[in-house]
Amino acid sequence: MSWILALPLLIPFVTAIAVFLLSNSPKMSARVSLAGSLAGLVAALFLFAEVASTGVVAGQMGGWPAPFGITLVADMLSAIMVVITAITAVAVALYALGEIGAEQSRLGYHALFQVLIGGVSGAFLTGDLFNLYVWFEVMLISSFGLLILGGRPEQIDGAVKYVALNLVSTILFLSGIGLLYGETGTLNMADLSRVVAEHPDQGMMTLIALLFMIAFGVKSAVFPLFFWLPASYHTPGFAVSAVFAGLLTKVGVYSLIRAFTLIFVSQPEVTHTILLWVAGFTMVTGVLGAAAQSEFRRILSFHIVSQIGYMVLGLALFTPLALVGSVFYLVHHIIVKANLFLISGISQRMTGSGELYRIGGLYAAAPLLAALFLIPAFSLAGFPPLSGFWAKYVLVKASLDADAWIIAGVALLVGLLTIYSMTKIWAEAFWKDDPSGRIPKAPQDGPPLWPCYAAVVFLAVLTICVGLVPGPFLAFAETAATQLLSSDAYINAVLGAQE
Amino acid sequence: MKSIILIAGTRLLVALLLVFSVYMLWRGHNEPGGGFIGGLIGATGFVLYAIACGTQATREALRIRPEIIAMVGLGLSLGAGLIAGLFGDDFLTGQWLFIGGSKEEGGFPLSTVLMFDVGVYGVVMGSVLAIVLALEEEEED
Amino acid sequence: MEFLVASAVGVLTAGGVYLLLRLRTFPVILGIALLSYAVNVFLFASGRLAIDKSPILAKYGEASYTDPLPQALVLTAIVISFGMTAVLVMIGLGAYLEADSDRIDIEDTEEDTGA
Repeated sequence: MSWILALPLLIPFVTAIAVFLLSNSPKMSARVSLAGSLAGLVAALFLFAEVASTGVVAGQMGGWPAPFGITLVADMLSAIMVVITAITAVAVALYALGEIGAEQSRLGYHALFQVLIGGVSGAFLTGDLFNLYVWFEVMLISSFGLLILGGRPEQIDGAVKYVALNLVSTILFLSGIGLLYGETGTLNMADLSRVVAEHPDQGMMTLIALLFMIAFGVKSAVFPLFFWLPASYHTPGFAVSAVFAGLLTKVGVYSLIRAFTLIFVSQPEVTHTILLWVAGFTMVTGVLGAAAQSEFRRILSFHIVSQIGYMVLGLALFTPLALVGSVFYLVHHIIVKANLFLISGISQRMTGSGELYRIGGLYAAAPLLAALFLIPAFSLAGFPPLSGFWAKYVLVKASLDADAWIIAGVALLVGLLTIYSMTKIWAEAFWKDDPSGRIPKAPQDGPPLWPCYAAVVFLAVLTICVGLVPGPFLAFAETAATQLLSSDAYINAVLGAQE
Repeated sequence: MKSIILIAGTRLLVALLLVFSVYMLWRGHNEPGGGFIGGLIGATGFVLYAIACGTQATREALRIRPEIIAMVGLGLSLGAGLIAGLFGDDFLTGQWLFIGGSKEEGGFPLSTVLMFDVGVYGVVMGSVLAIVLALEEEEED
Repeated sequence: MEFLVASAVGVLTAGGVYLLLRLRTFPVILGIALLSYAVNVFLFASGRLAIDKSPILAKYGEASYTDPLPQALVLTAIVISFGMTAVLVMIGLGAYLEADSDRIDIEDTEEDTGA
């Protein structure tokens, strides 16, 4: 039983080793990286099928029983996240065929990328808070390496901020772990779920909960802790920033959801109220920040922040429907956001810049790219019938059901402002003529452009599928939300049914 | 900076440190020690060599790129975990082989746990050396 | 003993936060290092302080031992923060050599990137 859980972690690491040993041959290592990502997707789908048919799956590494051993556990939420991680990995590995040159390959791009995917999957699958910390660090170190790959000054500048703030969050996370262990004597999440609820000093538990909230808040870039994100995400290569934009902050959101549905639910009037305010401010500041930017990826970076607000909103409302919305939003957002970053990469290669006022004419030169841009852009803004519409619809409906009129209004308003930013990109990059009069076209030198297009089309098709047939996806999200709200299945799977 | 005293002393110390690092790795199973500390001690030996004789000489003495040592180490550790799968156990469960007799007869024990530790040794030594050598070279530029 | 450990954590944290708020890379790196020491000591103390006890049961009858888990956690945390600091020093050094200055400018990134 434990192998099906371990494989989504093992495959990326094995691939990383293979790719690293091949790093002198860029073509081979890019292909092996893609093959490894595909194998990872297959493993993730097997895990998903297992979870969908039998419920929560748990396994003990090394055969030591919980709560002492290293636990891996997948409920519906984890399984969904692992699958979506694998999908993003395939898309980005495909895109990398068309972007990553010999130099970056030699510096270890593919190996770092695979380690990053392994770290992300590990964070989704672990059933232990300390291991979550370890996976965070695996992600952090590899993302750090990816961020500075190429070593341009602005990359290093962004990287310093990124790492300094993330390390501070790590330190808070560790102190939270220390306090929690000192108070309860366990770090296994399923075990904690029982122990924390029965702990006599609930004030202390809430204090620890807030420490975790800040730590995960930095990771997921919520207001007021998001400053590192727009400062760094526009600097690295596009294949790098797409995977960052798609996955890294979502690990923070996942941890928030996990911690505040499974462990810290005894004082929701404190914790979840704070989360609600955080969600509102995150949505608004993110979208206003985006409105003030004029660089392709900076706009998108600020939009990540505002979208994180929606996901946290679902968690903060803490009703079944709202959690369905959160989970659905996570899936929708990862696909759409990674796709937009990939498109910005193609656009930059054709026009030579990401600064919107300096470029233009893409619609005339590449109508296919323009059409492909519209799909994720409209989805992000929440146009029916694309995936973003369903995500926003569920969340707004959940807020109205919970009589949270103000936050529902904010969510709708932020959706409108998102359209503004997307129209700006459309008008500047695609619609107007290039200010210097040149016609954008693909450069003759460098790797071919078709893998980039293939990756973008792959993700766009997924967006349309989720949009046109939302039924099964919503059903999966509903299963995930049900499992999140009644944690008995999770606890029993990890610790064994004890009654 | 070249110092005759340091170079002469290093020759002796490097050998000593490397032997000591393997000793640490070996005793790590039942006593304090293990792959991590062993790898660090081994890396210290080469770092000392790099300080005394320069990074180029160290890379030649290592023969393999330190990144590759780290990756092979990671592979060994993962492989040690994977072996458990052949016997139908969970990932990373220790598997034992007793050479020349069973456990009771005092056979010589070999385990995947040791293989895992050797892997850790490689990862630590390789990555520490990779970072230190890169730092030294950055300074030299 | 408790007082000693508690004040060590306090002093390390205070120093770490002070250094973290400097505007130059090197003090920030030192500050992060100090903070991670502080949190490591704190994590160690979360298993309760016990003097002169081994973390491993020598014989199953003897019950006098300290909690081994925090020691394992601290070891892992030390390893990770060691690696992080090393990588951070590498970046800091790279940035310093690149720009001939180790200032961190949160405000004017535009000028930085333009240079």
